[in-house]
Amino acid sequence: MARVATARRVAISTISAWLVGFLIFFPILWMVLTSFKTELEAFAVPPSFLFFHWTTENYATVQERSDYVHHAINSIIIAGGSTLIALLIAIPAAWSMAFAPTKRTKDVLLWMLSTKMMPSVGVLVPIYLIWRDFGLLDSRIGLVIILCLGNLPIVIWMLFTYFKEIPKDILEAARMDGATISRELIYVLTPMAVPGLASTLLLNLILAWNEAFWTLNLSTLQAAPLTVFIASYSSPEGLFWAKLSAASTLAIAPILVLGWFSQRQLVRGLTFGAVK
Amino acid sequence: MGQITLQDVQKSFGPVHIIKGADLDIANGSFVVFVGPSGCGKTTLLRLIAGLEDVSGGKILIDGKNVVDVPPAKRGLSMVFQSYALYPHMSVRGNIAFGLKMAGLAKQEINRKVEAAAATLNLTPYLDRKPRELSGGQRQRVAIGRAIVREPKAFLFDEPLSNLDAALRVQMRLEVTRLQKQLGTTAIYVTHDQVEAMTMADKIVVLNGGKIEQYGTPIELYEKPANLFVAGFIGSPKMNFITGDAAGQHGASTIGVRPEHLKIASNGQGWPGTIAVAEHLGSDTFLYVDAGPIGTLTARHVGELGLASGDRVSLSPDPGRIHRFDDKGSALRN
Amino acid sequence: MSAHAPEPNLAAIPHLAPDGRASSQITQAGPTAPRQMQLLARALLTPAVALLFIWMIVPLALTIYFSTLHYNLLDPETQQFVGLENFRYFLTDPAFLASLQNTLVLVGSVLGLTILLGIPVALLLDQPVFGRSIVRLMVIAPFFVMPTVSALIWKNLLMHPVSGLFAWIAKLFGATPIDWFNDAPLFAIILIVAWQWLPFATLILLTALQSLDEEQKEAAEMDGAGAVSTFLYITLPHLARPITVVILIETIFLLTVFAEIFVTTGGGPGLQTTNIAFLIYSQALIQYDIGSASAGGLVAVVIANIVAFFLVRIVGRNLEA
Repeated sequence: MARVATARRVAISTISAWLVGFLIFFPILWMVLTSFKTELEAFAVPPSFLFFHWTTENYATVQERSDYVHHAINSIIIAGGSTLIALLIAIPAAWSMAFAPTKRTKDVLLWMLSTKMMPSVGVLVPIYLIWRDFGLLDSRIGLVIILCLGNLPIVIWMLFTYFKEIPKDILEAARMDGATISRELIYVLTPMAVPGLASTLLLNLILAWNEAFWTLNLSTLQAAPLTVFIASYSSPEGLFWAKLSAASTLAIAPILVLGWFSQRQLVRGLTFGAVK
Repeated sequence: MGQITLQDVQKSFGPVHIIKGADLDIANGSFVVFVGPSGCGKTTLLRLIAGLEDVSGGKILIDGKNVVDVPPAKRGLSMVFQSYALYPHMSVRGNIAFGLKMAGLAKQEINRKVEAAAATLNLTPYLDRKPRELSGGQRQRVAIGRAIVREPKAFLFDEPLSNLDAALRVQMRLEVTRLQKQLGTTAIYVTHDQVEAMTMADKIVVLNGGKIEQYGTPIELYEKPANLFVAGFIGSPKMNFITGDAAGQHGASTIGVRPEHLKIASNGQGWPGTIAVAEHLGSDTFLYVDAGPIGTLTARHVGELGLASGDRVSLSPDPGRIHRFDDKGSALRN
Repeated sequence: MSAHAPEPNLAAIPHLAPDGRASSQITQAGPTAPRQMQLLARALLTPAVALLFIWMIVPLALTIYFSTLHYNLLDPETQQFVGLENFRYFLTDPAFLASLQNTLVLVGSVLGLTILLGIPVALLLDQPVFGRSIVRLMVIAPFFVMPTVSALIWKNLLMHPVSGLFAWIAKLFGATPIDWFNDAPLFAIILIVAWQWLPFATLILLTALQSLDEEQKEAAEMDGAGAVSTFLYITLPHLARPITVVILIETIFLLTVFAEIFVTTGGGPGLQTTNIAFLIYSQALIQYDIGSASAGGLVAVVIANIVAFFLVRIVGRNLEA
């Protein structure tokens, strides 16, 4: 009996854990609930938790009022575009460092990581001016470029770690079986690397979607993604909480879902391997 | 034809000189085992022959042709890896067929050969399974199947049995040997286990520190070891080595006697000592005897002796079975 | 869904020497790729290296250049070289000192909160809990909410002094509600940012906890250690390294907190929520003072580099291990 996780202990842990989880998650929950209230209800004191007049009018209004769809599409294009381009550049680079390392590979890798540690605000001025002079301000391509460069080190790093995990002797077996380098890549390496590629794609999509420095400073209306759209609620007229909640729920819903699947990648990607 | 010759093969990794001039002649159809302690270079030598590493010097001839600049795919060799290295995303069929697919054979031809190989190895019911659904022994056989289906000039085995449990290892040893005899293809087999070497090989290459210490049949290595290293490596338990006066009496720096060649008596002729540990296997008895100035001696007796720790014994060597070594460790032959 | 549902393996580190024979260094004196592959590899690496190099050098060089100018976008004609004047001005400007203090307070407080809360939450999630994966989802969620949403939800729905939820809870207990963004604006920002980063710290620490060898804990138990002793002498030392990593990585990202400030207080009231990042932003894009903003930017880069130096060292050591 000394070794069994007693029912009492499990109960205490379970209750505490759920309590903590609920507390942490509460703001999000509250936001979703508010999105289904009328503006008056949303602002009312005392606040109602479950028994209020549920309505979907806010979701309709959000779409009409500020062309939510336009900004959502921007988010998709910017996040998707920057991640895909980053992948295109990163895959050959990571492959090369993982499978043909040289004495300098480690230094190159660390240098790449260090570029991610540079504060964006430190280069705000030149980037802004360059973007202005090249007509890239408030353009989707401008944001794609900057987010791609910003996330590139993480993409390379993550792919590198995934490639390193592919057992070397499976690739050698392919070589012994007569595969040339390109066939080795196509028939053996790529299928084995697909899960890693998917994970990297996922995490960086999320990071790009949530990016709120360059998007706020380099776009205003045309190319503005959802981060900027939501920011426009910071100086609104009249009652707006319910609409803000609806807009926010729509903005974060896809990411919350993706985020759940990418916890593992989060650790791998953001700690640069410093935690085992 | 699978005749392989090594001429003064050298290999360095940066400043580290791993293989220091290897010369070897492997006859077609023979089963040659590379054996030696960890780090002796046996796997490196195998990989040089396979083409997975480039040599730093010397020649490797396959059927008379120097293949040192030929990539592994074109050398006509097959390799069975220690970890099996099966393609996890392909079925057993896909794994075995891969090499044939790379060679551009027609689909029908490929299927025929794969099924033949599978039949030989009792893999037919597993053809459509993925590696992760197989046991260790089954995966081992798929790895072997992948190697034999290409009908190579020679098989290269890199410690293929070390990941199996003891019982399975003995069974697979027999299977591999039988298969090789049946196919008649040259085989080079790397292992650190000298029992595997002795039981499977036509000839054994004993490696130490990147040098070939001796190349001969198992019995040659057992009866006529070329130096101290080979003498101590082959045979279990290890040969007893004695230096000092006892060796000087035979005109050598060191003499060696195998445990099985020491006659055990309760008293009388020979080196006296006290039993420190006695191991009773029923079929054999092993005695670890503290023989004072001579050192600790190991003796083996077939059958049960009824002696125990603390008993006094005398050990006398069979005079015809004393190995003599000079001060450099080389064997002295009369 | 049992309390012992198999945990996904969150351990992040691959074996960097998969063949195990050669030395463990990433640039081992061991098997190397065949010659043709090495040439190909170098070519494939070039685009990434070139791009990142340009991305690093060009803006940085320009920032350095601009920092030596007196240059205002509203008055471009008056552009002139002033050497280190901008730095002198920036570093002695009371706004800079205030922002530096705010930055340190912000970073330090968030670090403290996330780690001090992260450890117990991670410990809790390491226990057998019914429905653990859902609890984990709830704990992780804040990290995936975009900063502008987080900030506005907290500012309005929760912290509003009249209709916010916190106000209502305060009144329930008979206390006066806090007017967060007037009376304690920096603290409000700290709370918001800490809420967003708590999941990060928790995840990292949880991963580390799960890599703690079960047998070590059993050995401690055999040696007579109770729960508290096990925590102090076995668990906590094991967590020392991940805690350091959390501190370093969070610091790097927290130095440049921006969106939350931008969207709630605009740096105010006065300078109370202006950190270095926001100060630079306001100089660049509100006052259009390019010279000063560039000087500030370089200061931020220097500070970040100091932290980055230590982080890169740890990562580098891990690549060797």
